[in-house]
Amino acid sequence: MSDTTETSVTDRTEQVRSASAKVTRFATLPTVGPLAALLLACLFFSLSTDRFLTGGNLSLVVQQVMEVGTLAIGQTVVILTAGIDLSNGAAMAFGTIVMTRLAVGGLPAPLAILLGIGVCAAFGALNGTLVTMARLPAFIVTLGTLNIAFALTHIYSRDQTITGLPKTLTALGQTFPLGNTDVTYGSVVMLAMFVIGWYVLRFTAAGRHVYAVGDNPEAARLSGISTRRLLITVYTVAGAIYGVAGLLLVGRTAVGDPQAGQTDNLDSITAVVLGGVSLFGGRGSIIGVLFGALIVGVIRNGLQLMGVASIYQVLITGILVILAVGVDQLARRRRA
Amino acid sequence: MKYGISSRLGCFAAVLALSITAVGCGSGAKGSNKDITIGLITKTDTNPFFVKMKEGAEKEAKAKGVKLMTAAGKFDGDNASQVTAMENMIAAGVKGILIVPSDTKAIVPSLAKARAKGIDVIALDTPPDPQSSADALFATDNLTAGTLIGKYAKSVEGAKPVKIAMLDLNPGITVGVLRHNGFLQGYGITGSDPSIVCTQYTAGDQAKGQTAMENCLQKDPGINLVYTINEPAALGAYTALKAAGKTATTMIVSIDGGCSGVKAVQSGQIAATAQQYPLKMASQGVDSIVAWAKGGKKASGYTDTGVNLITAKPQPGLDSKDVQFGLANCWG
Repeated sequence: MSDTTETSVTDRTEQVRSASAKVTRFATLPTVGPLAALLLACLFFSLSTDRFLTGGNLSLVVQQVMEVGTLAIGQTVVILTAGIDLSNGAAMAFGTIVMTRLAVGGLPAPLAILLGIGVCAAFGALNGTLVTMARLPAFIVTLGTLNIAFALTHIYSRDQTITGLPKTLTALGQTFPLGNTDVTYGSVVMLAMFVIGWYVLRFTAAGRHVYAVGDNPEAARLSGISTRRLLITVYTVAGAIYGVAGLLLVGRTAVGDPQAGQTDNLDSITAVVLGGVSLFGGRGSIIGVLFGALIVGVIRNGLQLMGVASIYQVLITGILVILAVGVDQLARRRRA
Repeated sequence: MKYGISSRLGCFAAVLALSITAVGCGSGAKGSNKDITIGLITKTDTNPFFVKMKEGAEKEAKAKGVKLMTAAGKFDGDNASQVTAMENMIAAGVKGILIVPSDTKAIVPSLAKARAKGIDVIALDTPPDPQSSADALFATDNLTAGTLIGKYAKSVEGAKPVKIAMLDLNPGITVGVLRHNGFLQGYGITGSDPSIVCTQYTAGDQAKGQTAMENCLQKDPGINLVYTINEPAALGAYTALKAAGKTATTMIVSIDGGCSGVKAVQSGQIAATAQQYPLKMASQGVDSIVAWAKGGKKASGYTDTGVNLITAKPQPGLDSKDVQFGLANCWG
């Protein structure tokens, strides 16, 4: 009896291990598509407007995607576990209102920032707890917390945009020179977070577990991964990342804006999908997501430079999303 | 090789995107002003008010032979998209930017950035806060617009006790607050007056206006005066009142002066509306930037593009225009 049990556990561990090996391959290859699309878009805009390919403009694009890009890091980790987070823009907005209101109210700025990020992490923890303990679908849970965060934002801000922020809060919106281009500190923070995310997901046990749980939760559980604890951690960490995104947004706009983030949940999902991460979980690379976020930014910026009305950005983004999901499905069918 | 197809499709996606772009960018510039580019940033791409404003700007830009760039937020109150659009327009080398601020305070740092680059920044429709953060403002005075319909309602109701429902825009949006406060001022009451029995947000949407009115009537069936943020909300309220059989005893007043709104005034669904002129705001804005770019003076301060009370039943002592005037000057 004990023998058979052991074999079956070993089998399953083996399954997880081979899934893991597959994941390693998947982690590098899907970035090729998004990267190619990004480069092609860049090439097109460089040829059609001489204002696109300048250091200043490219720095601007990165700066423009730093908030949604950072949100997309948290979203990626959640989606890798086969979950989804609709509440991220709203949670971020609440975090920004908390940090700006506290700081303007006289609390030392670093403490206010920490509390703002803490509030976002708490929202994440709430999402994670409801998803695992109450066994509710992530879609529903985060739809609920989206509304809760939205309402709290408006209640706590009294519907007022918070201005007159201390310099510490907007520090990440400042720039430093790189060659003859000015680069925003926030852009560097976003890029660093992508690198950290990539390292953690790719090279740490916790990161591999995220993929394993997303790919096959039952196998992951049987091989000794505490699925519940992992999921709660994933949602909480994602929440904290949204808090950092909020700090980047505050740095960029220099105000606490209760209307912020209302479509960012969908924008972050767009970046994730364009980045080649499977919405069914367990597959995709976070570096692809960086390219996905940049594709959206480049299209928006490039079309504007060419004088095309903003509604075309929406049209093109919609088409790209469907194509990207189509590619994911096709790859899936081929694999099966 | 499983991923060959994925990257090929990725490329295909980009190419498709680019071909659409090529179709979209047929904005030709001609004449001696062709090196002048002007940006227009509205709140949304879909609200008829802003569609009309864009039309006004496009027509004027064509007449003057200048290039017009347009952009909009995704929803009313979307500051981040407006900030992005401003940055991109600055990068594109515009001479001037016309903007309808979605968030009057939040946009201020971006306005300052543009002006620091020597760009003429003119706010349309909605003043930024503080107003001096734009070079000039071309707008209807929303407070005045609210006051006009408030006064009209007071003039009709006289000293009669009323029960008022206020169908507002959305939390925290200046236009809505100004119109709301204007109505109260015009009627001569404060926001805490007991005659206000219901206050609801409608997002300026007809369906939400209807729901809001239905709920207000549940709360107090005796409502006999309805303030609405705009005519879609007013028409929604009318539908709810009709279903409750209360249209004869309830007066609706509104703001905007869109064509369907004025027709509703004509048919008596809405008692009065305050009409504003988005087309004028945009075309005057374009003219002003062109004149400055060609060596003229930069516009400054507030240019009132006007507001008129439109009603089929004028009240003595209150200036108003008739429905014919309203239809001749309506938008949407």
